[in-house]
Amino acid sequence: MNDMSEAKTVTGAKRYSAGVMKYAQMGYWEPDYTPKDTDVIALFRITPQDGVDPVEAAAAVAGESSTATWTVVWTDRLTACEKYRAKAYRVDPVPNSPGEFFAYIAYDLDLFEGGSIANLTASIIGNVFGFKPLKALRLEDMRLPVAYVKTFQGPATGIVVERERLNCYGRPLLGATVKPKLGLSGRNYGRVVYEALKGGLDFTKDDENINSQPFMHWRDRFLYCMEAVNRASAATGEVKGTYLNVTAGTMEEMYARAEFAKSLGSVIIMIDLVIGYTAIQSMAKWARDNDMILHLHRAGHSTYTRQRSHGVSFRVIAKWMRLAGVDHLHAGTVVGKLEGDPATTKGYYDIFREEYNPMALENGIFFDQDWASLNKMMPVASGGIHAGQMHQLLTYLGEDVVLQFGGGTIGHPHGIAAGATANRVALEAMLYARNAGRDIWNEGEDILRDAAKTCTPLKQALDTWKNVSFDYASTDAPDFAPTPGVSM
Amino acid sequence: MRLTQGQFSYLPDLTDEDIRVQAQYAIDKGWAVSVEFTDDPHPRNTYWEMWGHPMFDNPDAAAVVYEVNECRKLHGGKYIRVIAFDASPGWESIRMSFIVNRPKTEPGFRVVRQEGEGRVVRYTIESYAVREPEGQRYA
Repeated sequence: MNDMSEAKTVTGAKRYSAGVMKYAQMGYWEPDYTPKDTDVIALFRITPQDGVDPVEAAAAVAGESSTATWTVVWTDRLTACEKYRAKAYRVDPVPNSPGEFFAYIAYDLDLFEGGSIANLTASIIGNVFGFKPLKALRLEDMRLPVAYVKTFQGPATGIVVERERLNCYGRPLLGATVKPKLGLSGRNYGRVVYEALKGGLDFTKDDENINSQPFMHWRDRFLYCMEAVNRASAATGEVKGTYLNVTAGTMEEMYARAEFAKSLGSVIIMIDLVIGYTAIQSMAKWARDNDMILHLHRAGHSTYTRQRSHGVSFRVIAKWMRLAGVDHLHAGTVVGKLEGDPATTKGYYDIFREEYNPMALENGIFFDQDWASLNKMMPVASGGIHAGQMHQLLTYLGEDVVLQFGGGTIGHPHGIAAGATANRVALEAMLYARNAGRDIWNEGEDILRDAAKTCTPLKQALDTWKNVSFDYASTDAPDFAPTPGVSM
Repeated sequence: MRLTQGQFSYLPDLTDEDIRVQAQYAIDKGWAVSVEFTDDPHPRNTYWEMWGHPMFDNPDAAAVVYEVNECRKLHGGKYIRVIAFDASPGWESIRMSFIVNRPKTEPGFRVVRQEGEGRVVRYTIESYAVREPEGQRYA
């Protein structure tokens, strides 16, 4: 693909004569460039307008996401402009997708302010996404150099310390989102929290749009929830928590709610992705300063992550959030009601939890990524999952994950506590069997049936949801199959 | 009440064979297994008493079961747990923890509420057992 264009960088005085010039001729296409270890690299999926050369389109993306404007400007010559120009250095056709190309673009580290997701994204997903010569543009992946990673705080708590604080090791954490998500009074809301935690869950969760509405103001919710948490802790001898959503209209209000949650002894608070990158970083700093676990609900992400041709892949959002410093982030269930095929979801989970991500095209990971000892993020699996899927969940997602059964707890025919107990027994039985060397993928249903013999709530759960699955084709699967012959 | 800390408290009490199977899983992962006991099961009582050091170089979980039973001889009326410690980079923490022995009766915890202004309540939870001095709890 690198020979698709005759474009060569124009040099000398001709480069700066007034007028319009192709981006590829202005120095934004450097097919011989070898990215430096300190470069930020972005991989875009570009869909040029008909008749637009893909190399010129890639160069334009490099230009518009770094120093360029639409015409030559002489003021470039007052700067070390070759350094500041982003460089498209590789363009490949996307397998089985006519008209789409992968463009690799390298950015010098000095283009970015340290420790600022806002600054990084203002360049990488700024003006360039509306650029007319492209039909569509998607940011697929990024390589963040260690030098840049180290300018970020990273997760406030991290998986290891979260487990130490919760006194909970070696098994997935269990949670449930309180339902109905809107309309319960504070007193009724706390009832759901109490029953679910007493029954065996570790966490309950506010939903993304529970803030402070006429039916339940935030302070009332926090007070009733903490009564429920402490009662449940006494009933079980375990540390319990409920994600108190502090999302609000201003930072001042979010800090006030977070401080109140802290004063009540909550171990965890929650924010929504829609509050914005800077607000997330501020809350992550607050959480680090106050020994608070920080849960992020990815409200809104599907508006730009779901379509394959345009937007930002969730794997990039996951990388930004690990830098920004949240502890929990939703990442898909594979088997539940929300988007996510197994291979792509594995890529997300690896970004959350590993020290180092090797390139894995079959999981949508295009670059080696060193996390430089930033804490690990706990993935949260939520949406249409139930106890009968426990063998699949444990196989796909592993043990460092929060499994959230909302309907799968509260919808239990014998009540919320019974639903919670069913989930906990199913989990412990499956974990026991896995550790004992059983083939849980194939024997999972038998293992659950056996466990249900001594646990009526689990039997009821299995009978209620035995035929529930969500089997739809994914809209966002990897472009590369895991066959050795396919490589770039 | 039943104290439900650990990985397997919602299952029937583990037999010695169950303990061996789970401890062997940890050993095969390269984790050091150890035995701890307490008569203060508060969820934030981090430091249970150590029944010897973690068994760093032990390849056989039968030795873990042996130590659990030795511990039971002296502390059978208390809580005993088995934990597995992972020293690998990025973890350096506990990877497994499960209760293998519990008192015949578990009196549970009381919630103490200190009512403050603005409806704020400061909560403390306390095991009923710790009202007795150390060594005299759980008969």
